[in-house]
Order: sequence, then C-alpha cells, then structure tokens
Amino acid sequence: MTDIMVEVSGLTRRFDVSSPWLNRLLQREPRRILTAVDDVSFSIARGSTYALVGESGSGKSTIAKLVLGLLKPTAGQVLVDGSDLSATATAASDALRRRVQMIFQDPYASLNPRWRVGDIISEPIEVFGLEPDAGARARRVAELLDQVGLAASDATKFPHQFSGGQRQRIGIARALASRPEFIVCDEPTSALDVSVQAQVLNLMRDLQSELGLTYLFISHDLSVVRYMADQVGVLYLGRLVETATRDALFEAPCHPYTRMLLDAAPRIDGFGREHQTDGGEIPDPINPPSGCHYHPRCALATERCRVEVPAVSNLEGRQVVCHEATQILSGSVDL
Amino acid sequence: MSSVQPTLKPSISSRLRGVWESDIAWSFRHSPVAMIAAFVFLALILAALFAPWIAPYTPFDPASLNLMDGFTPPMGEGMGSGSVYWLGTDDQGRDVFSTILYGMRLSLFIGLSAVAFAAVLGVTLGLIAGYVGGWVDALIMRVADIQLTFPSIMVALLIFGIARGLIPAEYRDQMAVWVLILSIGLSEWVQFARTVRGSAMVESKKDYVQAARLIGRKPRQILFRHLLPNVMGPVSVIATIYLALAIITEATLSFLGVGAPPTRPSLGTLISIGQDYLFSGEWWILLFPSMTLLALALSVNLLGDWLRDALNPKLQ
Repeated sequence: MTDIMVEVSGLTRRFDVSSPWLNRLLQREPRRILTAVDDVSFSIARGSTYALVGESGSGKSTIAKLVLGLLKPTAGQVLVDGSDLSATATAASDALRRRVQMIFQDPYASLNPRWRVGDIISEPIEVFGLEPDAGARARRVAELLDQVGLAASDATKFPHQFSGGQRQRIGIARALASRPEFIVCDEPTSALDVSVQAQVLNLMRDLQSELGLTYLFISHDLSVVRYMADQVGVLYLGRLVETATRDALFEAPCHPYTRMLLDAAPRIDGFGREHQTDGGEIPDPINPPSGCHYHPRCALATERCRVEVPAVSNLEGRQVVCHEATQILSGSVDL
Repeated sequence: MSSVQPTLKPSISSRLRGVWESDIAWSFRHSPVAMIAAFVFLALILAALFAPWIAPYTPFDPASLNLMDGFTPPMGEGMGSGSVYWLGTDDQGRDVFSTILYGMRLSLFIGLSAVAFAAVLGVTLGLIAGYVGGWVDALIMRVADIQLTFPSIMVALLIFGIARGLIPAEYRDQMAVWVLILSIGLSEWVQFARTVRGSAMVESKKDYVQAARLIGRKPRQILFRHLLPNVMGPVSVIATIYLALAIITEATLSFLGVGAPPTRPSLGTLISIGQDYLFSGEWWILLFPSMTLLALALSVNLLGDWLRDALNPKLQ
C-alpha cells in the first residue's frame, strides 16, 4: 500500500452563471449552471508528482482552487493527509494550511508589486509564527532565496526589478517559506520563455527530491508533463477521462481524447509532417454533449456514446472512461 | 554563507536618491508649470502656517482695532493711528493683509481636513465594495450614484443645514469649522470610492491576493496591507484636484453666509464682506482676498493636472 498524501473523491463544483434575476424574469431566461468539475477522483502518493492535463476550460484551475480550499466544492471532498481543508476554520485547519502551498501561473500577478521581495517571502513565516524573531526571519528569507538560486541581497528589491523566471523563483521561495509538504503548481512555466522553463522545472524537481515534496502539477503542455509527472490525469470538460502512469500514458494512450492530444502536440522530429487533428473545439460547458462529453469530436463514437455516460474501466493499472477502451488497448480498433 | 547580516530595510540615503531619480521627480523637473505652481502653493502654505508671526496686526483682537483707520486704501496711512497698511483696511479698520493670512489658514485647514476625511471614507468604502462585491458593492455604489445626481455644493449645503439643526445654538459658531469639514467631506467621497472600487476589483482578481488568502490572511489584512498600496496611485491625483474643489466649496459656502462665521472669517467670508463695498469704491477689500483664493485654487489645480499626467503611463 502506497502512502497517500492527497485523496480527492467525487469532487464536483458547479457555478451559477445566470444573469441577474430581473434580467432572467424579463427575458424569460432559464438559470444557467456551469459544471466546471464533475465527479473527479484521484489520489497522490507522498513525494510524487500528479499532473492534470487538459485544454483551457477543462476545469484544471478550478480543481487547484478546490484542492487548496480557496473554493468550496458542491459535492465530494479533498483530504490532505487525512484531514479536510475546506472544513471551517479551526486550529487544525490552520496547521494544515501551513503544509499546503501554491505556485502560481503568472509571475507578474502573483507578487504584490508594492511589497519588497523580503516582505513577500517572510509573510507566510510571520503568519504561521514560524520565526518569532525578526533577525531569524531575515536569515530564513536569505536561506530561501539562496535555495531558489537568488542572492540574499535581492530581499530589498521590488518584484519589477526581476525577470519572469526570477519572479517565478521568488514565487517558489514564498511557497517554500512555510515549509509545506504539498504544493499545487498551476501552470508554473506557461508564462515563461522556453529557455527559462527548463531552469524552473529543474529547480522544482531538485527541491522535490531535497525536501520530499508532493506536487499537484497542472499544465496543458505535454512535454512539460512528461518531464515532471509520475501519474497523469487527463481532463475533458470537467471529467477525468484517463489516469495512468506517465510511461503508460505517453507510450500507449487509451482514450481517444488522450490520443488526439498527443497527436496534436508539435514534435521536434515532426517538421514537415502533416498534423492529424480532429479540428473540433471544447464544447460549451453550460450545455455539454449528452453521454460521453467527447463523442462529437471522437472518430469511434457510436450511438451508445451519444446516450450513455461511460463508466470507469480499470485496465492494467490505468483508469479509462470510454466504451471502447478494451478494444483500443488490445489494438483491435484503429484510431 | 557569508557573514553579512541580511537586512530587509534599505538605507535612507539610497531611498532619497531613489526618489530624486524616480520618473515622477524627472517629470517634475521638466515641467515649469508644475514647478511654479508648487512654488506658489508652498509659499501660500508657509504664509498660512506662520500667519501669527508674519501678519503685522492681529485682526481679530478688538482691542487693537482702530475704527478711525477704516477704509484705508492700500499703502495708505490710517487716519486714527497713522500706521501703514500694505493692502488697506476694511470697514472696521482691520488690516486686509493680516485677515487674508488668517483666512487662508482657515480655508486651507478646512480644505485639507475635508479632503482627508473624504479620502479615508471613500477609499475604505471603495476597497470594501470592490473586494467583497455582491450586495455590499451594490448598496455602496447605489448610494454613491444617487449622491452624484445632486451637485456637490447642494449636498454640502444640505448636510450643513442638518448638522446645524442638530447643534445647540450656543455651540454653532464654535462647531462651524467641523461642520464645514464634515459636509464638504461627505459631499466629495464618491469619486474616491468609485475610482478605488474599480482598481480594487482588478487587483483582487490577481494571484497575490489568492496567495494571501491561501495562508489564511483575514479580509481586513488583505484590504489594507495588500490592496491599499496598489490602489493609492489615482487617489493622490484625485485628492489634489479635490483639494482645490474643497477650498472653493468652502469659499462658496462662506460667501453664501452659511460657512465660517464673520468673527473667524475664511477667504470666502472675506470675499463676501468685500463685495458690499465694491461699488462704493473700496475695491481692495474684495480684490486681494479674491486674488489669494485664485492663486491658491489655481496652483493646487495645476499641480493636480501635472500629477495626473505624470502618473498616467499612456502619456509617457
């Protein structure tokens, strides 16, 4: 039995995106409910990286906020090391909050532009009362800056004096400040230059092995996921369609959507090769397609896919949500 | 590790150099209008501040007044005492120059206090409306919208009238200054609230606010420690422009006879007094207080215009 750090079960979140009630009344509009996350379950082993992949609008960032307790789930729950983060504020949830942190997507928006870097990094230390003495706090800030590859003297500077990659390092230092065990990374490199992406990813991997961190890694970039992840979950319109280990997923994708994603990703050896894409786009999440959400874009779609939501099938250590999963895995269907 | 003790605070000299080399200081040094306006405003502020030492007479001490000196023209000698009055005297023999200094003192005090009151009120309500949203936002902003449909001088008059009605008659003259500050402040908070609400809405969507919420920061700390420093840019511009407006509003109220009492006149009261003598030839009683008000309001306004342009990234 592996040691589970994060357990997400039946997580669902709906948003009410209706117009104000007066407009609804006058224009006879129905309520509009958006299901951003629909019955998502997965677990993350301690010290490992779980990657969530999906197009924009698939609910990746909503899951991140739900896991961190920044949003309340409509149904389901998130257990971090056995306790519920979204429970009402108690001493226990304060203690848990210290152990959970986040690295944000946009390093230009995630650092307060009017705060000095030292103050930004020492805020979590101060809030959780980790170093009551100001001198000790300054030394800890210097240590953290050193840990992410910046100079201790950078503490007196403002965020605008740094490049995007350096800002992301500051964001990582802030995330590490409360000595967390679990870090949610919401597209941490998608706003960075390609050359800087690798540096930041390497830093995150080094820190993981050094501090034994557990990552929930959210990305739409498959090459980044392949580099970072141990387990990968593929999201489509708020539902997990395939979960597998990294190697299994990238070598033999089982869900038609996963296969499409892998085919659509540009490859370094693929110059001149014609891309095979299905041309479709993610449908309107307020009125999602019936049955399997993917059927309008799927080459294998049958009448059954239009009507019946597929169940999860466990195949050789992976979970696939597709009526045709067994046939795809055995190779009897050609995609 | 080096043995150097890391500190989070930079030295004072590096901060001063930072201010001198900042964009805004550069813009100031290259704008003659702003420099002249700042010079005039500073001179007027100092004159008002040190009025008791600068003013040659104490105009509100009845014992030192000589009724025989009344209506002395500028640079003329008083008929009674024989002393020289640079800007002349009014009907009661009060030195116009001294009354202007004391009147400006009162006008500036009321203007600055009213703007400070309006800014604190408006910024706080705007921050709450922008961050909390929902019905709180709707309530605050609808009140603001309703108030905007009335001219601000009317709102000030209304509040002034209500406040006067609530205060017993024997305290009215004493309380007049505070009632003025309250009514002008309450008539001007809307613009602060609207501006701050907009910026607060934009800022509260940014990830640094999420990061603060993540570590369990309370809304009050997020509002005042994280959001406030990021919405203050436009506030300084509005505050400068509204300072001129507050001084003029105070002068208007006093001119209409509902502001500062004649025993403790502000610039508006002086203009109101001077108006009575314009057609009988004693022009100096009206002219000099009016010119002072003009210089004060114009210099503040020009400074505000310059500040708005200097802080607007689109014009750089």
